[in-house]
Amino acid sequence: MKKRTAQSYDREDRRFEIVCHLILIILSVCCLYPFLIILGSSFEAQKQLVITGYRAIPVKFSLEAYSSIFSYPERIFDAYKITAISTVLTTAGGIYLESTLGYVISRKDYSYRSGLSMFVFFTMLFNGGLVPSYILISRWLELKDTIWALVLPGLAGAWHVLMFKTFFMAIPPALIESAKIDGAKEYTIFFRIIIPLSKPAFACIGLFLLLQAWNDWYSSLLYIETESKVQLQYLLMSIMQNIEKLNNADPAQLGINAGMQNIPSLNARMAMCVIAAGPILVIFPFFQKYFVKGLTVGSVKG
Amino acid sequence: MNGKKIKFQRSVRRFKNSLPLTLLALPAIIYFIIFKYVPLYGLVLPFKDYKFSKGFFGSEWCGFRNFEFLADNTQLYIAIRNTILYNFVFIILGIFVSVTAALLLFELKNKYVKLYQTILYLPFYISWVVVAYAARAFLDMDYGLINKLIEMFGGEGVLWYSNPSYWPAFIITANVWKSFGSNAVLYYASLMGTDKSLFEAAKIDGAGKLQTIIHISIPSIKSIIVMMTILSIGKIFYGDFGLFYNLTLNSSLLYPTTDIIDTYVYRSLVKLGDMGISSAVGFLQSVFGFVLVLATNFIVRRVEEDCSLF
Repeated sequence: MKKRTAQSYDREDRRFEIVCHLILIILSVCCLYPFLIILGSSFEAQKQLVITGYRAIPVKFSLEAYSSIFSYPERIFDAYKITAISTVLTTAGGIYLESTLGYVISRKDYSYRSGLSMFVFFTMLFNGGLVPSYILISRWLELKDTIWALVLPGLAGAWHVLMFKTFFMAIPPALIESAKIDGAKEYTIFFRIIIPLSKPAFACIGLFLLLQAWNDWYSSLLYIETESKVQLQYLLMSIMQNIEKLNNADPAQLGINAGMQNIPSLNARMAMCVIAAGPILVIFPFFQKYFVKGLTVGSVKG
Repeated sequence: MNGKKIKFQRSVRRFKNSLPLTLLALPAIIYFIIFKYVPLYGLVLPFKDYKFSKGFFGSEWCGFRNFEFLADNTQLYIAIRNTILYNFVFIILGIFVSVTAALLLFELKNKYVKLYQTILYLPFYISWVVVAYAARAFLDMDYGLINKLIEMFGGEGVLWYSNPSYWPAFIITANVWKSFGSNAVLYYASLMGTDKSLFEAAKIDGAGKLQTIIHISIPSIKSIIVMMTILSIGKIFYGDFGLFYNLTLNSSLLYPTTDIIDTYVYRSLVKLGDMGISSAVGFLQSVFGFVLVLATNFIVRRVEEDCSLF
C-alpha cells in the first residue's frame, strides 16, 4: 500500500482545486456569454453590426439603438406600465392568498386542517389543462383583453401554499397559544405576530411571484387582443415574430405594408431585450439567497 | 335521536370555533375553487361535442369520438414522441450537469464560490423570450455568431432556422443552460447542510477526493435528487411551452423535431379552434401524468422509503 504524506496530500488538493476552478470558469463563461452578446450587440452601430454580426464586444460603440427606441417610446412605456401593474397586483394578491391559506393549514388546532390540505394538494396532481382555463377566462368570466386576464390565472398555486405551510410550521405553537390567552384575535395573530416573524418566507415567495409576473408573456398571447395592453415580454416576442413574418413574405406584399418602417434595426432589437430583462438581472442577484431558501424549503416533505 | 343532536351541536361548535381561521383562508379557498377546481370540468370536455355557441352544458355528449381522431394523427404522434424524448434527456442530462456543478462548488471553500453561484443562477431570472433573442444572436443566418465563425474559416453559413435536424441539440443546450445553475445551487445548499463530521471522518480514514464524493457527497443529496426526479417524471407529458414556442420562432419548418404536445394543443385550440382534439389531449396528459407520479412514487417507496414524495 502506498503511504501518503501530508505534503503530497496538499499538492493533490491543490491540483484538484485548480481543476474545479477551471470547470466552473468554463461553466460561468457559458452562462454569461449569451447575456454579453445581447448587451454588446445593443451597443454596436447598426452599420457595423451588418458587417461583423452579433458580437459580445462592440467594434464601433454607439448608443443609436437606445436613442432610436426612446424616440418612439409609447409602445414600450405602455408595455412597461402594463407589466408593472400586473406584477404588483400578482405579487400582492398572490402573497395574500397563498400566505393566509398556508397559515391556516399549518395550524395544528384547525379542525378542517387535513381536509383543506388535501384540497390544496389535489390541485397539484390534476389540472384541467389549457382548454377549460381558456374558456373560463375568456367566456365565463369575460376577462379577455383586460388586465385581470394577466393577473388572475397565475395568482396562487398549491406549490407556494405548501411552501408557506412548511415555513409557518417552524413557528412554535406556544407563541400563538399565549397570544390567544392574551385575547388576541386570529387576524391580529396572523398580521401582528406571524407576518413579522416570517419576513424571509414572504420575501422568498414574493420574489418568485414577482419574477413569474415580470417574465410572463403567455397570458398576453392567450388573452390580450389590443396592442397597447400587452406585457413587455410579449411585446419583445411579437417584435421577433413579426420580423420573421416580414422576412418570409414576398416583397410585393411588403410594399403595401405600412408597418414596414417600424421594423427595429438589429441593434435596437437587442436593446429592447436589455430594457426588458435588465431590471431583473440587476436587482435579483442581491436576493438570490431567498430563492435558494425557497427552493430548499419547497423540496422538503411537508 | 339525542346522540345525533349532540353530534350536530358538536360540529356546529367546531365550525364556530374554527370560523375566524376559515374566514382568513376564505378568499384563497374561493380562488382555488374558481381557478383550480372549476377548470377540472375540462376532464369531461373531451367526451362532449363542444360548440362555442351552445356552451358547455348545451353541447352534446359524443362518447369517445374525440379520442378516435387522435388514433391516426401522425403530427400528434410526433409531438408526443418529441415531448417524451426531450423530457427524458432533460432529466438525465440536467441532473448530471447540475450535480457535477454542485459537487465542484462544494469542493471549493473560498470566496469565489459566491461569485460562481451568482453567475450560474443568472439564466434562471430571464424569460424564454430573452433566451430566444440570445439564440438568434448565435444562429441568425446572416449576422449570427456561428455562421460568422463558419465563414471566417472559409465554410458556408447554414440556414439553422429552416433545418430541423440540428434543433434537438439547440433545444437541449438551451434547456440545460437555463436550468442547471439554479438546480446546482439547490443541491449545493443541501450539501452544505450535511453533517460535516462525515467528511472529516472520511479524510482521517484516508479517503481520496473522488471516494469522498462517491461515498459521502452523492449519497447525502440522493433523496433530494430522487425527489426532484419524481416531480419531473410526473411532468414528462408536459413540455415547456415557452422554450419550444419562442426558441424556434414557432417555425413550422422545424415542427418535425420541435413540436411538442403543448405547442400542438395550443395550435389546434387557437389557430384551428378545435376544442375536441385539444381537450382530449389535455385529458390524456393529466391522467397519464397523475398515474406516472403515483407509479414512480410507489416504486421509489418500495426501494428507498426516505426518498419517496408522499
